[in-house]
Amino acid sequence: MSALTPKLVIDRVTRIFSGVRGGPPTQALMPTSLAVEDNDFITILGPSGCGKSTLLRIVAGLDHPSDGKVLLDGARVTGPGADRGMVFQSYTLFPWLTVRENICFGLRERGVDAKRQDEIASYWIGKVGLAGFEHHYPKMLSGGMQQRTAIARALANDPKILLLDEPFGALDNQTRALMQELLLGLWEADRKTILFVTHDIEEAIFMANRVVVMSARPGRIKADVTVRLPHPRHYTIKTTPEFSALKAQLTEEIRVEALKVA
Amino acid sequence: MKPLVPVGRARKVALGVGFFVVFVALWSVATLGGFVSKTFLADPITMLREGYLLFAQHGFAKDVGMTVWRVVGGFVLAAVVGVPLGIAMGAFKPIEAFFEPFVSFARYLPASAFIPLLILWAGIGEAQKLLVIFIGVFFQIVLMVAVIVGSTRRDLVEAAYTLGASSRGIVRRVLLPSAAPQIAETLRLVLGWAWTYVIVAELIGASSGIGHMIMDSQALLNTGQIIFGIIVIGVIGLISDFAFKWANQKLYPWSLA
Repeated sequence: MSALTPKLVIDRVTRIFSGVRGGPPTQALMPTSLAVEDNDFITILGPSGCGKSTLLRIVAGLDHPSDGKVLLDGARVTGPGADRGMVFQSYTLFPWLTVRENICFGLRERGVDAKRQDEIASYWIGKVGLAGFEHHYPKMLSGGMQQRTAIARALANDPKILLLDEPFGALDNQTRALMQELLLGLWEADRKTILFVTHDIEEAIFMANRVVVMSARPGRIKADVTVRLPHPRHYTIKTTPEFSALKAQLTEEIRVEALKVA
Repeated sequence: MKPLVPVGRARKVALGVGFFVVFVALWSVATLGGFVSKTFLADPITMLREGYLLFAQHGFAKDVGMTVWRVVGGFVLAAVVGVPLGIAMGAFKPIEAFFEPFVSFARYLPASAFIPLLILWAGIGEAQKLLVIFIGVFFQIVLMVAVIVGSTRRDLVEAAYTLGASSRGIVRRVLLPSAAPQIAETLRLVLGWAWTYVIVAELIGASSGIGHMIMDSQALLNTGQIIFGIIVIGVIGLISDFAFKWANQKLYPWSLA
């Protein structure tokens, strides 16, 4: 692979859901193309029901495009795989496994030896700030801690790209802000390529180096805005004029779309 | 009382025991007070005396042992075959499509109606008793396990896929652990039904067992013995229920609220 080829290519991907009980089919995604470079942190921003989650699920291989294709490092995506880690909005930790066992799930599946599993798990437990909770079951954790474990679980697999589908959507505002800083800190440390779906404008700007705005259903990419705020970013950046200008611009873009479906 | 407000442990036990006390008290008043003829219903004291005689003089312990053995035997047999089949059906839809219609049909066949046939096929020995229980609970186990496995949270399955799990990994490391506590709970329930079938099997063509004793006592109009036999079944059921609950709590601590 030459350095000029994008990490991930979404090539004219469409998705049409067949009609329920003989009803007309629903077009969730218009032909959508997007190139994700290595080390990109891209947020996909759009109103509810714009197909942004559908797009992410297609990249993950959990859903199939009606037309078009997805290429990761030049290879066509045909199904889910460990090279694309995913964090879901709902809490998807395995309730019968402890935090540590959850983080080791993918490693065990690949047959990594126990000692190495332990090292990797310990590393990520430290990174996401869960030391002391290794042996807790998910039920005993707060929502924020569960999502931290989910992030650690996905990253422990060392995927080529990390996909996140509104991972902080169910968290309260304060926890959400802390989680954004945590994820941004992880990205700033090793620049893992990230595709992050959200409907929160501030969240989209704060973490990303590119914000892709999607239109209301049927979804298509409507704007692609580069965020040139310096790294490392501190939460106080949210009050700078540059940030506010971006926020105003994106708010306008989203508002037009939201009006169509509200 | 307010809806859904939990009750303290001591009060819970007191209330639970309280009902037994009320029950025995009403029974005593009805029988000892002479409101019900002794021919139809023995009083508690007679019942206990008959129960003592059963154990002391009629070798009732052997009957109890036989019945427990049959229940456990038939139940384990049905579980050993039924649970894996149910898991396969729940996990793989073609397998479910193949077996489900027949199992759903067979589920409604009354096990007790098979007894004459089973006597013809298997005689009046132990095999026939085990088969009655097997037919009574096998199809129920299969269907319930299939439903439990089939209703595994889809988001957990998807998460496992994105972590690189194979089909085999999904079954072994997601479907099975996710379904295990509910399967155990189902087995606990079905064990209760196995007790119903064993007594039915023992009422006809048996020379031992609690059901056999009850039939003999009917011939002698000994209601004390009949009631004692029924109570023994209840007590054994209660004990096995507690054992199952305790084991489930130990095995699946993560599923506790």
